[in-house]
Amino acid sequence: MLAYIVRRALYAIPILVGVNIITFALFFLVNTPDDMARMQLGTKRVTPEAIEKWKAERGLDKPLFVNRGAVGWEKLTDTVFFQKSIRLFAFDFGFAEDQRDIANEIRTRMWPSLALALPVFALGLLVNITFAMILAFFRATYLDFWGVTLCVAMMSVSGLFYIIGGQYLFSKVWHLFPISGFIGGGSAGKFVFLPVVIGVVGGFGASARLYRTLFLEEMSRDYVRTARAKGLGEAVVLFRHVLRNALIPILTGVVVVIPSLFLGSLISESFFGIPGLGSYTIDAIQAQDFAVVRAMVFIGSVLYIVGLLLTDISYTVVDPRIRLE
Amino acid sequence: MPFLPVFLPTDVLFWFLIAGVAGYAAYCLRRPHLALPWRRVFRSGVALACAVILAVFTLAALLDSVHFRPRLPAEGSGGPAYSAEVLSLLDLALSGIRGKNERTYSAPLATRLYAKEVVEVREGPDAGKQVREYPRLRYGGAHLASEQDWVGDVFARVGAGLVAACVAAALLGLAVRRLRRRAPDVPWKAGGAALLALLVLALPIAFLAPYYHVLGTDKVGQDVLYLALKSVRVSLIIGTLTTLVLLPIAIALGLMAGYFRGWVDDAIQYVYTTLNSIPGVLLIAAFVLMLQVFLERHSEWFYTAAERADARLLVLCVVLGITSWTGLARLLRGEALKLSQLDFVQAAHAFGVPDRRILSRHLLPNVAHIVIISVVMDFSGLVLAEAVLSYVGVGVDPATTSFGTMINAARLEMGREPIVWWSLAAAFVFMFVLVLAANLFADAVRDGFDPRVRVGGAPA
Repeated sequence: MLAYIVRRALYAIPILVGVNIITFALFFLVNTPDDMARMQLGTKRVTPEAIEKWKAERGLDKPLFVNRGAVGWEKLTDTVFFQKSIRLFAFDFGFAEDQRDIANEIRTRMWPSLALALPVFALGLLVNITFAMILAFFRATYLDFWGVTLCVAMMSVSGLFYIIGGQYLFSKVWHLFPISGFIGGGSAGKFVFLPVVIGVVGGFGASARLYRTLFLEEMSRDYVRTARAKGLGEAVVLFRHVLRNALIPILTGVVVVIPSLFLGSLISESFFGIPGLGSYTIDAIQAQDFAVVRAMVFIGSVLYIVGLLLTDISYTVVDPRIRLE
Repeated sequence: MPFLPVFLPTDVLFWFLIAGVAGYAAYCLRRPHLALPWRRVFRSGVALACAVILAVFTLAALLDSVHFRPRLPAEGSGGPAYSAEVLSLLDLALSGIRGKNERTYSAPLATRLYAKEVVEVREGPDAGKQVREYPRLRYGGAHLASEQDWVGDVFARVGAGLVAACVAAALLGLAVRRLRRRAPDVPWKAGGAALLALLVLALPIAFLAPYYHVLGTDKVGQDVLYLALKSVRVSLIIGTLTTLVLLPIAIALGLMAGYFRGWVDDAIQYVYTTLNSIPGVLLIAAFVLMLQVFLERHSEWFYTAAERADARLLVLCVVLGITSWTGLARLLRGEALKLSQLDFVQAAHAFGVPDRRILSRHLLPNVAHIVIISVVMDFSGLVLAEAVLSYVGVGVDPATTSFGTMINAARLEMGREPIVWWSLAAAFVFMFVLVLAANLFADAVRDGFDPRVRVGGAPA
């Protein structure tokens, strides 16, 4: 088990290197630092000095891959590629366009993101599984039919409409919750409640329908027939046998996103003005702040790889037949 | 020539794609084993009804994909001059509502503007004085002599539309009857009902549209109905061209990984795990940001704004394709692993059939159902993704009308007093109908093609 985990962790290194190469290629090869400087500085008529100054401030005034002017190892280390991507491995993200420390920003913005993402995740899972089980219990009845219809209708609505509509009804018309904003600590609940409900509603349709299919698939297995044949009630069959077996495919999709909850949700954070990592990323994209976007890409991939590892480990927990080697 | 044809890349690709689909349909029709799953799909009434709705959307998008620049009236000497504005056939068909711009917002079917303005009184005892009031619209209801006629006029036009719909319904009924006699196991009634429902909605609107803004106007006074119809093309292009980009990558890499195994498999798995591990929106954002700078640097490539916007749309499709092939590739890899163990592949191998031929002749036809299911299932997700990406600011060109840009603008309008709800509602209804139809159709396709779901699937 431990050997497996270590091996998987080592396997993460080439993947992270790949992620770095992809992002580096995207950010620096398609457009040279000069192009970026021209775009950040805005006008078409910028002096070469201004561009050089901009590049020097950000450490982009070095050669991209090989520094022929340097000696020894510095030939490879004193380059943009090395400085900008190898440092990411040490979680040294540098500074944003507004001269703030990105790592520090991430540490403070992580908590509001979690305050929103964690309840959405947990509550969503609970609601979706419960609803799917009810539909599976009443399969092939009108309740099932209309339940599935509701799911399909709800997954056909863009998430943006849930947010705009919810914000309008609950905050503007009924004045139940603040429209946007966030205060940490005890009063966070007031600000987070509406985004959480909307997050759960937005994810409901697709997941509930998927889980229902998984439940039904599990219910057509032989062991379920055996359980019924030996006289178990439908509720016992559902909870003791079907639920536990259906959890395995559900876990595949669910565990992998748990670490990424830190990143928060891009859209609802920026709609509700929650100062988390999601809105940070959106602001960075809109301000074309490449340093922040690259840092978030890197963190996102690290968390995804951790999620994959957690998925494997969770398999062994729920399914004793699986051994990691 | 009275016009100069403009071939936008997405237009050409979209027509090419539609031609490809038509060719595939013709190919299937003559081969019973390929036509069978489609026959199963169209035996479902819901599927046929959804197909009819999707076909109507596609028709609008196709009309909107034939672009040209009209010739300007000759001015003095020199060769013929063409307008810088690129129009499409849909613009011609909608010439009744295109370009009839008000000054700003106006509610659906309104005769007056949404905001008060200072107007000079023309008649009566106060003539010449200036008052603040809601001014009459330039086009909406401008034909009415007095606003008291408004109710009667609207009802008369809706009534005329409904009468036309009744005539259409009678014709449809006759057509359905004949078709049912020809092919009794196709649920023609459901298809006819869907078409009729569309006509009952569309005909009254068509009768009203030249005289009123049926869905109101937006901030700069453009007709919202026109904007919504123009958005359909962007949605369909993103939903279809993206699959055109991702299919070759996913099929080639997925099948190769499963068939060759060994280091090929390792390399391909490494590539898609790496791509997958980058959060989707961020990867798309990074791609789009970079290509945006690239396009800006090469602005001399584009003669008109439409061409630049179109290049950005194409870039978006390519980026979405590059970032979303991994799911299908993984499915195909698993299937190819399974298939390459089966006797017929082993036999082909033993006969010395080259790998290229085994892949294309033996494996590809056997994974076709997975490809078709995933293409149809992906469509609605892509349409929804466009709205989110446009909100984030990495979607279509801000000058292009799409559902994303409409929703984005509507976000600020919800805060106004009184609230401007009509553009959001229009985007919502159009998108909901499109995505719902796509989702239901995708379900039917999955049921028809998935070998595990063979409920009552007696061979025809």
